[in-house]
Amino acid sequence: MTLQKPIRRKLDIANGRVDLSHGAGGRAMGQLIADIFHAALDNPLLRQANDQAAFDVPGGRMVMTTDGYVVTPLFFPGGDIGSLSVHGTINDLAMAGATPLYLSASFIIEEGFPLADLDRIARSMGQASRDAGVPVVTGDTKVVERGKADGVFISTAGVGMVPPGLNLSGDQARPGDVILVSGTMGDHGVAVMSKRDNLEFETEIQSDSAALHGLTATMVAAAQGGLKLMRDPTRGGLAATLNEVANQSRVGVRIREADLPIRDQVAAACELLGLDPLNVANEGKLVAVVQADRAEAVLEAMKAHPLGMDAAAIGEIIADDNHFVQMITVFGGGRMVDWLAGEQLPRIC
Amino acid sequence: MKHVDEYRDGDLAKSIAAAIAAEATRPSYRFMEFCGGHTHAIARYGLEDLLPPSVAMIHGPGCPVCVLPIGRIDEAIALVKSHPQVTLCTYADLMRVPASKGQSLMRAKADGADIRMVYSTLDAIEIAKAEPNRQVVFMAIGFETTTPPTAMAVRTAQKLDLKNFSILCNHVLTPSAIGAILDAGEEGVKLDGFVGPAHVSVIIGTQPYEPYARDYNKPVVVTGFEPLDVLQAVLMLVRQVNEGRAQVENQYLRAVTTAGNVKAQAEVSALFELRDSFEWRGLGAIPHSALTLKPEFAQYDAERRFQVARITASDNPACECGIILRGLKRPVDCKLFGIACTPDTPMGSCMVSSEGACAAHWTYGRFRELEKAS
Repeated sequence: MTLQKPIRRKLDIANGRVDLSHGAGGRAMGQLIADIFHAALDNPLLRQANDQAAFDVPGGRMVMTTDGYVVTPLFFPGGDIGSLSVHGTINDLAMAGATPLYLSASFIIEEGFPLADLDRIARSMGQASRDAGVPVVTGDTKVVERGKADGVFISTAGVGMVPPGLNLSGDQARPGDVILVSGTMGDHGVAVMSKRDNLEFETEIQSDSAALHGLTATMVAAAQGGLKLMRDPTRGGLAATLNEVANQSRVGVRIREADLPIRDQVAAACELLGLDPLNVANEGKLVAVVQADRAEAVLEAMKAHPLGMDAAAIGEIIADDNHFVQMITVFGGGRMVDWLAGEQLPRIC
Repeated sequence: MKHVDEYRDGDLAKSIAAAIAAEATRPSYRFMEFCGGHTHAIARYGLEDLLPPSVAMIHGPGCPVCVLPIGRIDEAIALVKSHPQVTLCTYADLMRVPASKGQSLMRAKADGADIRMVYSTLDAIEIAKAEPNRQVVFMAIGFETTTPPTAMAVRTAQKLDLKNFSILCNHVLTPSAIGAILDAGEEGVKLDGFVGPAHVSVIIGTQPYEPYARDYNKPVVVTGFEPLDVLQAVLMLVRQVNEGRAQVENQYLRAVTTAGNVKAQAEVSALFELRDSFEWRGLGAIPHSALTLKPEFAQYDAERRFQVARITASDNPACECGIILRGLKRPVDCKLFGIACTPDTPMGSCMVSSEGACAAHWTYGRFRELEKAS
């Protein structure tokens, strides 16, 4: 049976204004993208609504992505806006199974921003890009008056190539497929929050910010065609990613709370802040949907990789016309796992 | 996490659930969990699945955002829009609550009003210190749990001699709301007992619930917000009903005493006095059910300082939050639920607040409608 769907009110474009919920990665942002950007820019690739677009070019299949970084604070435990922008862009390419090739970066800098901080950010980007083996090959610089930006914002683009025959996309999940995560959930969001001015608390949690293309390459190899899709659960966390997959693939999801890898410190910080770790952002983790008969092999490959040591199978894709994400709690009861409505944690990435 | 994990032990939960199932031998037990915090614990841990069909949990009005009439949000928006020097500080919970004419604090902020989300009253004090040219108004809402921090902020402002800090006081009292539920009589919800508040009771103790046990013959079990606490409280209520007792029992011994936090109570009485009457969303006007600053603290009272005019506004006529807050309907009984009203498009605050019954059912429990239908 299908429950009646919520009425989707159209955006009031004539009188409305953008509010913070439009940037939170939830349904309000989905509506903004659909009613304004998809309406104006519609084409078959954009319509797939993936974090990257894949298209054929002479000599193979190319993947392209773009991303903006507005995280605050700019420096946080385990990373900064520079390394984050490199990792995030590489990961968007890697989730398509692509080998990342080149990046671009554009800087919007506020008048008065310390040169030492800009230098530190640029050097951190350089280090991250050299470590990943993906160079930043072009860029752009703009300076705006004081108060018209907040320190520095970075926009990136990235291109890569997909191995022949590989077509990973958010609409490929089918009932019976197994859901894997590559490690603990919520580390990045909690690390950033721990350094917010009005929220400072003592924690040893580091952001998990990392480039995942090495991990994804081993997974693609181990899956032997059984890999359906990969996503990095950034803004909105695992909950938002699973809901996106359920909607794009028109299926349901059932996960088990007892199998979710979550660090004690992250769980404790979330408890303190009244957050659900499932809604908190990650920057060095991925979610994969794998055909059941290849799940074990892919999981083993993940665990053998330094960035997948805590990987776990957390649930299955099920048939559900409502596209609900459900979770069996540690108590054996059931609950939904919904998107987070509105904005509680601005500018986490 | 030791002190959290031990209250989330799945095996222990199953054994308490088995005891409830074995002992709940009457055809029906109807218990109201007063607090939205308990409503969410029940939904988030799927506790409904562990209770026998004879035990029904009814959601109570203990959600501070839900019981705030929308006129009060209208007043805050009017205040910040008509006084450009005002910075309104609020807990994030209130930002998306629907006000009149499609407004909300979040929309007012997008329109240019200076509204900021804070995590504590002291954040608002810090803003007042750092920006002496702004008039910082803290939107103070909540039951007895949040009143002492508001009192502390006023005291701090006094000590620092801050001329630019005041509060818009909407603090309300738990016993008044329980009384309103019980005084509804024949028209009210039929109950066999209450799961009593957790954090509120840390402040006020268990004593204020004695009249409800004694005069209305309703057992009250004060308990914590952890899932095992809630299950344990249900078992204790079942036993009281079975034995024909109506007592105030305290399951939350690790935090709650009979007298409560006497120091906090004294500080609240030093700064605040009872309002003659306060309009609650859903429960109507209840005499002596809310607090306002005493006249000697008038300079910290935004209502007086900015002569805030009372705005009376009605909820959307189709919104059934009021009846749900009285325990007479469930969220799914409302025609708007999940269709016109969702957390993204809320028509009433019960769908917005992290403690609201509608939000709890939408966020955690919706899939049960499928199981019931099939």
